[in-house]
Amino acid sequence: MLHLDVLEAQSVYILREAYKLLGKLGMLWSIGKDSTVMLWLAKKAFFGHCPFPLIHVDTGYKIPEMIAYRDKLAAELGLDLIVHSNSAALAAGMGPEAGRLACCRALKTDALQQVVKKYSFDGLLVGVRRDEEGSRSKERVFSERNAADEWDYAHQAPEFWSQFKTDFPRGHHIRVHPLLHWNEIDIWRYIAREEIPIIGLYFSRDGERYRSLGCTPCTGRVRSEAATLDEIIAELESTGVSERAGRAQDQEDPHAMQKLRKAGYM
Amino acid sequence: MESAQDLLKVVFAGHVDHGKSSVIGRLLYDTRSLPQGAVDKVKRIARETGKAFEFAYLLDALEEEQKQGITIDSTRLQFRTKKRGYVIIDAPGHKEFLKNMVSGAADAESAFLVIDAARGVEEQSTRHACMLSLLGIRQICVLVNKMDLIDYDEARFLAIKADMDAFFASLGLTACDTVPLSALRGENILRPSPRLPWHAGKTLVQALDSLSPAGSAENAVLRLPVQDVYKFDERRIIAGRIESGRLRAGDGIVIHPGGKRTRVASLESWPPRGRKDEASAGESVGITLDDEFFNQRGEVISHSGAPPLITGRFQASIFWLGKNPLRPRQAYRLKIATQSAQAVIDEILRVIDSSSLAAGERTEEVRPNEVAKVVITTKQPVVIDLFSECRAMGRFVLLDGRDVAGGGIVTADFGAEARESGFAHGGLKVRCELFEEYYYSLEEHEIRKRRPVTPLYTVGDAVPLSGGSFSYPEFFDVIALRDQAAVKIREGRVSAVLPLAEYAYAGLPLVNGRGFALRVSSSAEWRACLRDYSLISSVGDEAAFSSRWLLFEKYRRIPVAAADRVI
Ligand SMILES: Nc1nc2c(ncn2[C@@H]2O[C@H](COP(=O)(O)OP(=O)(O)O)[C@@H](O)[C@H]2O)c(=O)[nH]1
Ligand SMILES: [Mg+2]
Repeated sequence: MLHLDVLEAQSVYILREAYKLLGKLGMLWSIGKDSTVMLWLAKKAFFGHCPFPLIHVDTGYKIPEMIAYRDKLAAELGLDLIVHSNSAALAAGMGPEAGRLACCRALKTDALQQVVKKYSFDGLLVGVRRDEEGSRSKERVFSERNAADEWDYAHQAPEFWSQFKTDFPRGHHIRVHPLLHWNEIDIWRYIAREEIPIIGLYFSRDGERYRSLGCTPCTGRVRSEAATLDEIIAELESTGVSERAGRAQDQEDPHAMQKLRKAGYM
Repeated sequence: MESAQDLLKVVFAGHVDHGKSSVIGRLLYDTRSLPQGAVDKVKRIARETGKAFEFAYLLDALEEEQKQGITIDSTRLQFRTKKRGYVIIDAPGHKEFLKNMVSGAADAESAFLVIDAARGVEEQSTRHACMLSLLGIRQICVLVNKMDLIDYDEARFLAIKADMDAFFASLGLTACDTVPLSALRGENILRPSPRLPWHAGKTLVQALDSLSPAGSAENAVLRLPVQDVYKFDERRIIAGRIESGRLRAGDGIVIHPGGKRTRVASLESWPPRGRKDEASAGESVGITLDDEFFNQRGEVISHSGAPPLITGRFQASIFWLGKNPLRPRQAYRLKIATQSAQAVIDEILRVIDSSSLAAGERTEEVRPNEVAKVVITTKQPVVIDLFSECRAMGRFVLLDGRDVAGGGIVTADFGAEARESGFAHGGLKVRCELFEEYYYSLEEHEIRKRRPVTPLYTVGDAVPLSGGSFSYPEFFDVIALRDQAAVKIREGRVSAVLPLAEYAYAGLPLVNGRGFALRVSSSAEWRACLRDYSLISSVGDEAAFSSRWLLFEKYRRIPVAAADRVI
């Protein structure tokens, strides 16, 4: 089997296990390349259908083009889309000025927790990859979160031979990571191979492009001339710059992501 | 394109502190496989915490891991040599994190066992080797790291090699290479080292590049465990991953354990332009069938020529990672491919200390990190293969409570005769649990039962009329409603085994297949009982039927017993 086929088959298997074995499922869709690939894989797994709602946690600070693209694609594909914001925090004036980690916590982590509670999801499909940053590389495919949404990374249950954790106490939920075994470049090669429609922000304009999408104040563009899929793939084959180099919250503390993720961040 | 091929998965195992993370960090660094940000970040952390730069920090990303200088959980990274791409798995070496080591190593094709040249073989070195072999990893290389600490001495290197060779031999394995190196000084990683002039063998990268990819399961017999059945539109699609073999549209198939036969009508896919009519091992597929049976998760599809085993009792080698010891007669959940069944460890044949391979005397429990040979009974029959025949259908996990607490591989099946208890005559077979022993367990304060291995009794055989928890009359009839059959017992012997349709009530006491008395004492009651049985259509009905017609206490009682001295 070709490498991309192996990755795809494993993701499809994971999605089907989640659908069969967990109760109420939702899929986080950030409009970015990874979660868009995850949506595509769901349609593969379920033969053109997506049998659970998509969830977009809108911080209110997202790059405006992302919102426009989200609404357009959702209408085109007829997606069942839940958009949720931590409106109380926004009303109280929460923003990056309050500190980047505090802002991420309120507008992403807390907002996500609210939406999980509101719809009582048992499982959330999240498109994180092991190669994105250190603490994600320690993740399980089916990863338990307690009632406070915390990740107990020091005591994770064993997971092997495609036997995933699907039984957990009430109030806990499972984060399912169907893309954990993919790398950034795999994602792009797959997008090119499958001709998956993707938001234009990733392609170079005026010598710069986004490599990772987030909120306007905290997401920088990287210098790049890559304006097509082939050029992006060629760039990644030769670059030494890490994917999240443009993400400001990672730079606050060497273990910022681990701390955010322990508290329930995606 | 070279990178289109799948990557080779290699796990780095071995005792804590022998340098697994350092070897990998050095390998990635020397082959320039790390993004710029990663090295800078580690340098910055080292500076800020006033510690020396460690190659291991490139892998040990968690804050606790860096503070304590140990790997807690497995990490995976990809990297390439000139020859091909790899997924490198860094496993923790601490005894406490064996479950994380297994989680990381379980799907590797080969392993590197890292040994500290100055300390030699230690407890987890051999324990990991044993675990790797149980996980089915047959290709293991030994890396003797920290050669700088022993002045690159050949004699000490050879002594470690001899120790490991002996241990591998007792596992029935041979190390594919034994490579001396120093992660700290970067010796013998990419290039042969002038400090190791006596070493005519490979460098680390050469050892990696000479591993062979695991043989593909494509050409083996077909096994497709059913994962789910979808009816999102007009199609009724059976979804699953082909674990071995190949499947084509039009193939004749058998669905186990039921044994229903049909044909594959189509292979479905989305988007429709990707449509194929053949798929093989590793692919997640969806198929439609010529005949629409009731299908469900856990069934296994094969071709008709080479069926899997269907059994409720088998022998296995297991490794135990649970917090509590594994004990016989306790209920666990067993998961094998997409099947899930309640299981009991019938018997612990042998407990092995996985670090020394010494067999212990004790057979009453398997403690954490131990390996054992056991006999397992499942509540319903499961569809399996011997691990040596088909890996995916021959390996299982055991859950204790909510978590996976152990794993194992199927090493032997018990013949159908030995595991069925009941009656047989002519072509007729009647499954009965007449001689099951019930007892009240003082340890668990619960009623439990044990199923002794009894033969299939046939006409003329004497049956045990009394046991620790039952006592039957000399003359009675067994009514096996599930199998629609009856058995006549006369003077304590089987006198006839016949279909229920041919049975006539003779006024003798009636007992069901589990040894519960039927409240029937006249022909009219017998007819009413049969009519009630034929009307059962739900679990609720069955309970109502049972409480109306069955009487447990007539021939059975529940003695008190300590679990380890069952009757
Ligand atoms: N002298 C020497 N020390 C090494 C070498 N490789 C690793 N170490 C040290 O051994 C310690 C344990 O290394 P680490 O990679 O964390 O071991 P692990 O527990 O097997 O992953 C660290 O302090 C390393 O600096 C080596 O080749 N020579
Ligand atoms: Mg380590």
